[in-house]
Amino acid sequence: MLQSPRKLIKQLVVALTVSGSLGVVPAQAADQELLNSSYDIARELFASYNELFAEHWQQETGKTVEINQSHGGSSKQAQAIIQGLRADVVTYNQVTDVDILHERGNLIPADWRERLPNASSPYYSTMAFLVREGNPKNIQNWDDLVRDDVSSVLPNPKTSGNGRYTYLAALGYAQKTFGDDQEAIDNYLREFLGNVAVFDTGGRGATTTFVERGIGDVLLTFESEVNNIAAQYDGEYQVVVPKVSFLAEFPVTWIDRSVERNETADLAKAYLEYLYSEDAQRLIAGFNYRVHNDAVKAEFADRFPELELLPIEAITGDWKTAMSEHFGSGGKLDQLQRR
Amino acid sequence: MSELSGGRWSPFQRNPGKRVLPGFALSMGVSLLFISLILLLPVTGLIVQTAGMSWEQYWGVITDERVVASYKVTLWAAAIASLFNGIAGLLLAWVLVRYEFPGKRLIDALIDLPFALPTAVAGITLAALFAQNGWYGQLLTELGIKVAFTPLGIVVAMSFTSLPFVVRTVQPVLEDLPVEDEEAAVSMGASDLTVFRRILFPSLWPALMTGIALSFTRSLGEFGAVIFIAGNMPYVSEITSLMIFIRLQEFDYGAASAIASVVLIASLVLLLAINLWQARYLRRLHGR
Repeated sequence: MLQSPRKLIKQLVVALTVSGSLGVVPAQAADQELLNSSYDIARELFASYNELFAEHWQQETGKTVEINQSHGGSSKQAQAIIQGLRADVVTYNQVTDVDILHERGNLIPADWRERLPNASSPYYSTMAFLVREGNPKNIQNWDDLVRDDVSSVLPNPKTSGNGRYTYLAALGYAQKTFGDDQEAIDNYLREFLGNVAVFDTGGRGATTTFVERGIGDVLLTFESEVNNIAAQYDGEYQVVVPKVSFLAEFPVTWIDRSVERNETADLAKAYLEYLYSEDAQRLIAGFNYRVHNDAVKAEFADRFPELELLPIEAITGDWKTAMSEHFGSGGKLDQLQRR
Repeated sequence: MSELSGGRWSPFQRNPGKRVLPGFALSMGVSLLFISLILLLPVTGLIVQTAGMSWEQYWGVITDERVVASYKVTLWAAAIASLFNGIAGLLLAWVLVRYEFPGKRLIDALIDLPFALPTAVAGITLAALFAQNGWYGQLLTELGIKVAFTPLGIVVAMSFTSLPFVVRTVQPVLEDLPVEDEEAAVSMGASDLTVFRRILFPSLWPALMTGIALSFTRSLGEFGAVIFIAGNMPYVSEITSLMIFIRLQEFDYGAASAIASVVLIASLVLLLAINLWQARYLRRLHGR
């Protein structure tokens, strides 16, 4: 398929700004503009969704809309907003990165999770494994990841929401397996972290390390990402979804302070609400995210195996404790990685 | 003119009519403004960020076990990288100054590539080349050497991004050295090694040291290129810049600035030391 020069340049720019600065599409004469600040592996999803939404918006209001995307590690993205980037909406992969917008910048109200259905999470996913074709090391569940002959690749939990989810999923598994035996849980996690070959700073980096550089026996990342890679490299990789994993919610909200200044309140709300429509949910499920819409769920049932999904409440109580006890300086993660 | 050559000339003296070049006040003013805006203001920002911490907190942050491990990794890697650059850079400068060959202009231009290339691109490219399935990586793996995702990868990335410093500081000095000195030495029967040791090296040494020091300080702060090839294993291949990055991810600006201040102070002390040493060396060299 031939690509137009503009599309090619756009892809080049996107490729060059891997670490995730603004991937802004050249401005066209649209009636309205919207800036969506998102995590780095959602680029393709939102590129498709933006088209769908723009069409819907034009039908509803007769106006054209230009949606700019900004992708990067979601903590970094949140930081940019606190430091003044006037994004209209955020579509992140971790609740804490949205919470910080309230705590640090007071840009959104504290009860932002109640403004949209399903705790402002239009879709969700979980952590899954990607192994090389034929599963040569026979990796089936979390306990295989601490075997001596297995090396894994995951993003750094210190710098990536994706990595934090993986850590919490492993912790959840250990808690279910070892019950109250704190020492056994710690040992499991220590060995789990000890088997990591490379800690990339973001999810896409980890994918590159595993797929392009050929490092490690298993890649741990979102189920959606894992499925996308397996589909893209047909026959080279295989997806393993463990029996127990973490419920990874993908919170979205509009930034009150920005939409007020940019005069985009209606547009921003509509943009996020439309994520819950059946058409959008079908599109999102197509990108291998789990969705809430029952009709779509039934359609895609074969893609998403049944498993036990542990919410954050079942593991550490809430995100605040997870962040302070596990991921902060001197927290559990630091202690486990100490040598 | 007598005032200029007298050595007691002050830039703030009155009577500007005696100055040979016009425009001193304006250009000095603009320079000072730029230095303030571009250099001093960010540094002040750093100090302000750290000022919110008590000494105990500051000390606790900068002596954290994992951070200290990162200093060691960074220092070692930067030291090896800059020494390597000292040798390779000297050789490159020598070849470019003393020999004529086709494509010389092209190579001369290529030297600056690491400066022009975004460091993240350099890092990704190097990681791709040195990974065990990459072009170099495949060969090196056969020899049992692992580069990508090890501390050695950090050295490679640092050498790459700071090589031009050595070449570009040594090159002009080498160009100014008269060939006649070497010819005279050779005609009196000196060996190549003696010529290099007695004639060339004493004159090149200050420039070479400056180049190596610049290369070293640049390596201390390198982030983009290193992060993609290092593997970032705690206590093994984590660099100090990554520790700063991690603190920023935790929205802990104070701690990030505290660690940054350590890098800043280390670089400043080193640059100052090199400048003092160079001034002394030059005085001795010229017998003043």
